[in-house]
Amino acid sequence: MLIKFYIKPRKGVLDPQGRAVSESLKSLGFNDVKDVKVGKYIEVYVENKDKDKAIEEAKEMAKKALVNDLIEDYEFEIVE
Amino acid sequence: MKFGVAVYPGSNCDYDTYYVIRDILNKDVSFVDYRESNIEKYDCIIVPGGFSFGDYLRPGAIASHTPLTNALKEFTEKGKFVIGICNGFQILTEAHLLPGALLPNNHGRFVCKHQYLKVENNNTPFTKKLKKGEVIKLPIAHHDGNYFVDQDTLKKMEENGQIILRYCDKDGNVTPDSNPNGSVSNIAGVSNDRFNVFGLMPHPERACESLLGLTDGLKLFLSIIEN
Repeated sequence: MLIKFYIKPRKGVLDPQGRAVSESLKSLGFNDVKDVKVGKYIEVYVENKDKDKAIEEAKEMAKKALVNDLIEDYEFEIVE
Repeated sequence: MKFGVAVYPGSNCDYDTYYVIRDILNKDVSFVDYRESNIEKYDCIIVPGGFSFGDYLRPGAIASHTPLTNALKEFTEKGKFVIGICNGFQILTEAHLLPGALLPNNHGRFVCKHQYLKVENNNTPFTKKLKKGEVIKLPIAHHDGNYFVDQDTLKKMEENGQIILRYCDKDGNVTPDSNPNGSVSNIAGVSNDRFNVFGLMPHPERACESLLGLTDGLKLFLSIIEN
């Protein structure tokens, strides 16, 4: 089973990378760009075959290691 | 007072810190490996600067759940002292031993220079040899020194006197222009509410000998050894 984590800077937290990418896209002529957030994508492969258990495990992984909830938001999905 | 200097893979200010304590302060000091959890014999552990575990995931994130960092929680509950410098500060926030988090600098660049700092609270074990409002100069060298904390926590920290150092200009004015990284309220160094854990982005261990140009870092170390 695969857990896919999508992590990005929390709303209101400064994202210098996102701002630089946004400016870069505008300079290429993408003038409709309103905002860019640069985050990270993490794939965690687990032996577990029980989806509910994997969901609980994913939340614990986020809380204990993968995400700092003071500065980051995250979502995850489970792929069987 | 017995000191320990934490060593993680990627620590690179560990020897500088060790040198200051052993050769300048003439105090008892040992390196402490990150896999070590028996730290009872120490009175103060310094978590030095560097790039622990390559700053993978977030600066300080992986180091924050090693056996040594886990042991620091109980160590501080006993009232013993922990000081985090630069990457050490990042590790202590990730381990929730200090409030807040360190974000990438607002300008996106590494900053490396001498920086003026204002002593906001000298009534602490870490700053008792300094005067309130005193302006000191220390080196800074970081990419992720942009201190962030939510407004409610910031208010409580200010009321408690947990803001120890702020970035300022040479006359002690705390202004946006004197903020080198975008930190909330120009914060450069903070303490926990019990005043036995101190984290700061500047490097006092690089400012303890006139031969190296700056000596204000010594005042922080001289404060600590008085405890």
